[in-house]
Amino acid sequence: MKLSNDIQVEMYWMMLLSRRLDERAWVLHRQGKIAFHISGIGQEAAQVGAAFALRRGEDWVTPYYRDLALMLCLGYTPRDFLLALSGKQGEPTSGARQMPSHWSMRKANAVSHSAPVATQCPHAAGIGLAIKMRKEDKVVLTTLGEGSTSQGEWYEAVNWAAIHHLPVIFMVENNEYAISVPADKQMAVASSADKACGMGLRGISVDGTDVFSVYRTVAEAVADARAGKGPTLIEARMYRLTPHSSDDDDRTYRSREEVEEAKKKDPLTVGRRILEEAGLLNQAKIDEMEMRAKEMVDDAVKFAEQAPYPDVADAMFPVYAEEVRRG
Amino acid sequence: MAEITMIDAIRQAMDDELARDENVFIVGEDVGKRGGVFRATVGLFDKYGGERVIDSPLAELSIVGVGIGAALYGMRPICEIQFADFIYPAFNQIVSEAAKMCYRSNGEWTVPMVIRAPYGGGIGGGLYHSQSVEALFAHIPGLKVVIPSNPYDAKGLLKSAVRDPNPVIYLEPKKGYRLIRGEVPEGDYTVPIGPAQVTRQGSDLTVYAYGMMHYYTLQAAEKLAGEGVDVEVVDLRTLYPVDRQTVLESVSKTGKALIVHEDNLTGGYGGEIAAIIAEEAFTYLDAPVRRLCGPDVPAVPFSHPLQDWFMPNPDKIAQAMRDLAAY
Amino acid sequence: MATKVIMPQLGESVVEGTVTTWLKKEGETIAEFESLLEINTDKVDTEIPSPAGGTILKIIVPEGQTVTAGTILAWIGEPGEVLPASLAEPVEARPADTLRQAQDIALPQARPQGALRAGTEPPLAEPVEARPVDTSTSSATAPVAAARDLGFISPVVARLAADKKVDLTRVKGTGQGGRITKKDVLDYLEKGEKAEPAAVAAPWETPGEGDLFRPTELQFGTEKPQAEAPGLRQAQPTAPVQPVAPVQPAKGGEQLIPHTTMRKRIAEHMVNSKHTSPHVTTVMESDFKRVAAHYAKNKDAFARDGVKLTYTAYFAAATAAALRAFPLVNSSWSDEGVIIHPQVNLAIAVSLGAEGLIVPVIPNADGLSLLGLARAINDIATRARAHRLNPDEVRGGTFSITNHGTSGSLFATPVINQPQCAILGVGAVQKRAVVVEGDAIAVRPMVYLSLTFDHRILDGASADGFLAKVVEVLNNWPD
Repeated sequence: MKLSNDIQVEMYWMMLLSRRLDERAWVLHRQGKIAFHISGIGQEAAQVGAAFALRRGEDWVTPYYRDLALMLCLGYTPRDFLLALSGKQGEPTSGARQMPSHWSMRKANAVSHSAPVATQCPHAAGIGLAIKMRKEDKVVLTTLGEGSTSQGEWYEAVNWAAIHHLPVIFMVENNEYAISVPADKQMAVASSADKACGMGLRGISVDGTDVFSVYRTVAEAVADARAGKGPTLIEARMYRLTPHSSDDDDRTYRSREEVEEAKKKDPLTVGRRILEEAGLLNQAKIDEMEMRAKEMVDDAVKFAEQAPYPDVADAMFPVYAEEVRRG
Repeated sequence: MAEITMIDAIRQAMDDELARDENVFIVGEDVGKRGGVFRATVGLFDKYGGERVIDSPLAELSIVGVGIGAALYGMRPICEIQFADFIYPAFNQIVSEAAKMCYRSNGEWTVPMVIRAPYGGGIGGGLYHSQSVEALFAHIPGLKVVIPSNPYDAKGLLKSAVRDPNPVIYLEPKKGYRLIRGEVPEGDYTVPIGPAQVTRQGSDLTVYAYGMMHYYTLQAAEKLAGEGVDVEVVDLRTLYPVDRQTVLESVSKTGKALIVHEDNLTGGYGGEIAAIIAEEAFTYLDAPVRRLCGPDVPAVPFSHPLQDWFMPNPDKIAQAMRDLAAY
Repeated sequence: MATKVIMPQLGESVVEGTVTTWLKKEGETIAEFESLLEINTDKVDTEIPSPAGGTILKIIVPEGQTVTAGTILAWIGEPGEVLPASLAEPVEARPADTLRQAQDIALPQARPQGALRAGTEPPLAEPVEARPVDTSTSSATAPVAAARDLGFISPVVARLAADKKVDLTRVKGTGQGGRITKKDVLDYLEKGEKAEPAAVAAPWETPGEGDLFRPTELQFGTEKPQAEAPGLRQAQPTAPVQPVAPVQPAKGGEQLIPHTTMRKRIAEHMVNSKHTSPHVTTVMESDFKRVAAHYAKNKDAFARDGVKLTYTAYFAAATAAALRAFPLVNSSWSDEGVIIHPQVNLAIAVSLGAEGLIVPVIPNADGLSLLGLARAINDIATRARAHRLNPDEVRGGTFSITNHGTSGSLFATPVINQPQCAILGVGAVQKRAVVVEGDAIAVRPMVYLSLTFDHRILDGASADGFLAKVVEVLNNWPD
């Protein structure tokens, strides 16, 4: 499970790219160029760490809407994201049917999800069941916010995975808020991971701002799952540095001081410090990354601006599998 | 050819499909050793094992949710909801996930699964073992809704449902499980999802029905034949997507339409048939389109006289036919 | 050839009706559509127009008897035509219990009474209309008149008529109320006008191809009817029609009929009214000749406007006119003084059969024409019987009319509908020999009008003045 230097730097790069892309979405929204954005800023470390613990493209993922960095690790591109933000033709996850950040990527085994939370969790259990029935050594990662752990959907999914020892990793990205409601109004336990103890699976809480720490934790859970030891519940602790979405105003429910304090634990800052201390990253390298990220984001914006809108003639389809046009 | 009951036909179909395709599996409450509370899966646990005939936790949401996950993976789950009345916890998974998966992923993901549920009253089941839920699902694009009325169709339609690449709601008229008998060929055959069937030719009026009410309607039509009224009967079989052509052809011939279902009148499935006729066959109508349905009370009451009051039966259907014939 | 007159089924759940008045007697001649009798059912009181012109050969069901829908009430034929003896016997259309079952079976669809259930209209409910309906056979119906009201034309009939250029006035209707059905048009197109089925499809009424092949029954005078009409299935005479009996104590024991809400409220109102007002009743009679003539002349025209003209509309019009002339009658008593109401809001009692009665209100009735009144009466009566009145529509009446004549009553002493001043009771219209101008004796349709008034407000003379005004308006109804 030792990560090579190159891979460690690549993990930082994925976090940086995700951050710059996410920030650009906010700018475009405030410029009136896009209608909606829901952010993953502050959650990049957990997502990248988890993604790198998987056999990407082989293992399965049922993500949730803050997982921009996770999806970039699975092969999603800035151009894809900008098409989604603009609702343009060729948007790959849904043909611009879904709001942005409702992921889907068949080639990466990343399953389409909806907006009501925790609905993806039973799917993960079902995928785990199928993997087990076919006796394959794949695993499935499902991600969710801590608010989603209040849902019956989540409990039922965890229960299934625990009963049948399914190869499922439930990673709760505990960012302290479900829109405006703080975590202590979601649960009576200190950590989402504590919920595991009554349901018959391992529960681990990890610092979600440290990409490498998350990586190690998820990698262990993945190894257990492949070994037939069943599911693991992981809580990655972090802080949602932005409002819930472009339509939210978080000043109505939390102080600026609280947010400023949390920025000290910005995953990018934490990751940079670790890599600099290890001698793997320096200012020149970071400048190069920043320039590359800006070029990619600029390119994506331009690409999406020039893209046409979808043809309304296509809006009627495909409701049924028979109507799917492949290729 | 052997004459068997509905429940035997349903079991035969599942047995055949389990044998035919190793991706097929059954999941539901008490489906394993017990063989289902209605004995629909009796013997299958012994034959195919607990990994393919799975006793689920007592939680309908995840019976469906886990089934969806497995279907996304490529399996062909047959999910049994013990009574249609218990399907509502799974409503979100059916309506928001299974039904929308294909459209929301622009065809990347499809959900080939069957949800079996015994429905309907007249069995002393009271409010929560008697409900008819078809209208709720026949409103949802992305689902197919099938209700057989006889053993031949029960087997053939269930086989089609298992092989269908979409989520199919397969509702079983449980009062008819052992009451309705018919000739069913052994071995493989299918009845296509989609086409309705004219089960009795007539010229004076058309009655549209399905499930148990279709069985009753045929009895009533025989009675009316003795009174000189020539009734055509259409077994809708697939409620969604509806076979508009057969619906329209029949009423265009007879000029009069009666729709019979035991579900409540208001917002019931009959309203859709009535609307199709009103919109597209108006100038063929010789009488107002009429409906004979369960009354608008929340569900079927338990006590026998109250249940009888609720349920349409051959006498009530015959009277409605007479009234329409006399118009 | 004889045409039967049957007790119509005037609504989904109506299974029987009572003959209240025969307007013609055996041997009298009658024109097609001329009123032949008055009937009363659970839902409506109506006159039945004759299904054919001719002579009244036989009246089978006498006045006052209640029979099931479809029962043959009378036969009409050619003058001098002899009716086979077996046809002159009373025969119930179908056993009453069968029909009762049918009624019970329909119950689950029935509208819950008094509940706010906008979404639960009875799916098979019929509008309550006073149309004769022949449910006993699909082929027996009234012959077609050249300029009749065609009634409801269904979409398919309209399309077929347009496509095939069919003059619908020439097509015999066999549906409910004589409605022209799709089948009627198709039959017409196939067989042509000449092949119209006989009104009564008794075989002996269809001429044979030659004299040799005339039915033996006709030749030898022995009858063996084999008509489709259920009422004719039993060739042998059966027991006379029994009026439907009220609920009777079984085996000498008392039977408790629990009060319905409506029954309780009626009781409260009646006791309260008798307790409140000193009731006095005065009676006059009106010669209905001019009204009857006007009615006969105009009812078809009204029907074309979708309005069923009834005698009640004339009584309402005359009452409204009299109230304008005698505003003191349009009043209420109060301790401070008599309150004269500025508006004439006529309350019309509508019988709901065994359930009781309800008194919906026609506001500003004095501003309505005869057509307007008839339309308003149709509307409130229909909706009253369907339990679809708004609460406001039974409030605010300033004067009431009750037509007890529909059940055969000649005159009555109605109870005042509080807090009104008076109520007009209308008796049955009855042909009587009266002395007219020049001391001649004439047969005239006469009706007794009784005015019950609050003696605190009115005295005999003023009450009589009002009632005389009503009579005057009716007696001198303009052409």
